Amino acid sequence: MNYLPNIIFAIALIVGLGYFAKNVKKLVRNIKLGQDVDVSDNKSQRWKNMANIALGQSKLVKRPVSGFLHVVVYVGFIIINIEVLEIIIDGLFGTHRIFSSVLPEAVYGFLIGTFEVLALLVLVAVIIFWIRRNIIKLARFWKPEMKGWPKSDGNIILYFEMVLMTLFLVMNATDLHFQDMNSGNIISQYIAPLFSGMAEGTVHFIERAAWWLHILGILTFLNYLYFSKHLHILLAFPNTFYGRVNNKGELNNLASVTKEVKMMMDPDADPFAAAPEGAEDEVPEKFGASDVQDLSWVQLLNAYTCTECGRCTSECPANLTGKKLSPRKIMMDTRDRLEEVGKNIDANNGEFKEDGKQLLGDYITNEEIWACTSCNACVEACPVSIDPLSIIIEMRRYLVMEKSDAPTELNNMMTNIENNGAPWPYNQQDRLNWKNE
Amino acid sequence: MSEQLNVPTMAELMAAGKTPDILFWVGSAGSYDDRAKKITKAFVKILNKAGVNFGVLGTEESATGDLAKRAGNEFLFQMQAMMNIEVLNMYEVKRIVTCDPHAFNCLKNEYPGLGGTYEVMHHTQFIKQLIDSNKLDIKESDYKGKQITFHDPCYLGRANSEYNAPREVLGSLNANLVEMKRHKATALCCGAGGGQMFKEPEKGDKDINELRTEDALKTNPDIIATACPYCMTMMSDGVKVKEKEAQIKVMDIAELIASSQNL
Repeated sequence: MNYLPNIIFAIALIVGLGYFAKNVKKLVRNIKLGQDVDVSDNKSQRWKNMANIALGQSKLVKRPVSGFLHVVVYVGFIIINIEVLEIIIDGLFGTHRIFSSVLPEAVYGFLIGTFEVLALLVLVAVIIFWIRRNIIKLARFWKPEMKGWPKSDGNIILYFEMVLMTLFLVMNATDLHFQDMNSGNIISQYIAPLFSGMAEGTVHFIERAAWWLHILGILTFLNYLYFSKHLHILLAFPNTFYGRVNNKGELNNLASVTKEVKMMMDPDADPFAAAPEGAEDEVPEKFGASDVQDLSWVQLLNAYTCTECGRCTSECPANLTGKKLSPRKIMMDTRDRLEEVGKNIDANNGEFKEDGKQLLGDYITNEEIWACTSCNACVEACPVSIDPLSIIIEMRRYLVMEKSDAPTELNNMMTNIENNGAPWPYNQQDRLNWKNE
Repeated sequence: MSEQLNVPTMAELMAAGKTPDILFWVGSAGSYDDRAKKITKAFVKILNKAGVNFGVLGTEESATGDLAKRAGNEFLFQMQAMMNIEVLNMYEVKRIVTCDPHAFNCLKNEYPGLGGTYEVMHHTQFIKQLIDSNKLDIKESDYKGKQITFHDPCYLGRANSEYNAPREVLGSLNANLVEMKRHKATALCCGAGGGQMFKEPEKGDKDINELRTEDALKTNPDIIATACPYCMTMMSDGVKVKEKEAQIKVMDIAELIASSQNL
């Protein structure tokens, strides 16, 4: 019977990690629904980007208040995980604070002391985050796309972190043996007196309860990630690595179009010639993107990485002047549709069954797509290298090249370019007239 | 009209057996838009004054296709690009300078993938080089002590990380440069990019150029400096909407430099 807690712990651990692994597999499969794209270039720049942007948080601190608070939570999260390792060993082998018997007392005290300080800082930061969201009501958290689940998701994460940090501190405060050591209990020593009047057994019970709730809470939180914007804590790393490395102004040249244009312009090309062997695979089903499968897997990774912070939207000139476009919504829509497609595949034995819906039209409207000035403010603002503009451009390509569905004025502009080599209806022969005017 | 501008075309130069050092890509706005033509001429005056050996394509130039690309028409873009590249490569062009950040970005970043690789400069970068190499000597200027605020074009700034060249050129005027709250990487778009120049904006509270003009007005400028023909249109319109055109001028950096030299 003595082994019962260990067994329960092992089962909780296996179930928690197993379910998480299952969802990670689904996540990878969904991302791979996107078109393949070559990301083997600029290796050193990519590593640098990941080190600076994800690990070094370089873009987050551009907004000093939220940036600083985020760094606190981030550092706290990473370092406190060392404590989780101890909990797991203790849980599996029935030991108690195994590191305290392995490490010199001073080192252990220093470690736990650091964790306690961080736990308190995280608690404070998270409370300020909550206040910014719910009491100060920062504009970027109160846009139309932030209703319902996105709003509660943001708060649930904060509650989770508040509870986990509190449990950690209570667990330390009620650990009589640890308090007797009087080393590393920098914060918890002030909480311990709250329990001083209680019977030893009660205090021990509270300690055990806090310990169990803490680790079960962590396992639950881990599994919550997949369903939450909080997934960014994992995906920010690959996303900054695979994110764009070239000049922001550079849009890709569609290779499929290049081939056709070259053939059109080649006077020797035989339009009736049979396509060479294997050429069929190279012709894309469509130009541009109307649904998630048409986007590249990096764009889909972008969508899963988005944490809905809204820094993009708060810099978007269209959004700032009251237009419907919100780059954050573009990313959220992409993720929502991708999830829908994923569920469709799960429900139909691994095959996607046509559901009569698509990203463009059912989630994102043409009005949003055409309001973009392609100014790259959203791309610049994103703290984790997400590129909403690339998705907007792919959808414009679909609308123009597949549907001929551009606003009339833009069609006129394009017709002018085609006929006169200028967006205005002027004759190319007049191009140098300014010289003598 | 003062003295005659010296604007040789590539065809003329080739016929005379000459090759210019650089090609001046005038761009569609610079060729046809009345306000932008003044920028073109100001820049040519600077080139003439500095004795730069340049040529233009003239009637052989066509739209870069940048606008079509950003509106989603990749076919039209690539056709324009390939035709232009054919012409540019025929003249063995190595270096290009242009007053249009959209052409600059497109020629610099998107043409290489289609077979057109050139050293491409924005006119503010080129003017900075002329000043640095003492080919252009800016002494006293009418703009000394004037309050000037510079509006970063998205396709020069954020898209290609060029924030210093325009500021350094403006600095040579001994003017009082004031930054808007949103500047450099966080500069607000003028509202013309991505094809918006050619269509009515989507429904909203206000137009983007109005908001950007408000940014500029907060710095109490005598002059709003631009470095893009589209920004020029949008900021000029914005100043008109705010009924400030009597007090505040919108001028391209090339115009500021040319007029400071009485060109």
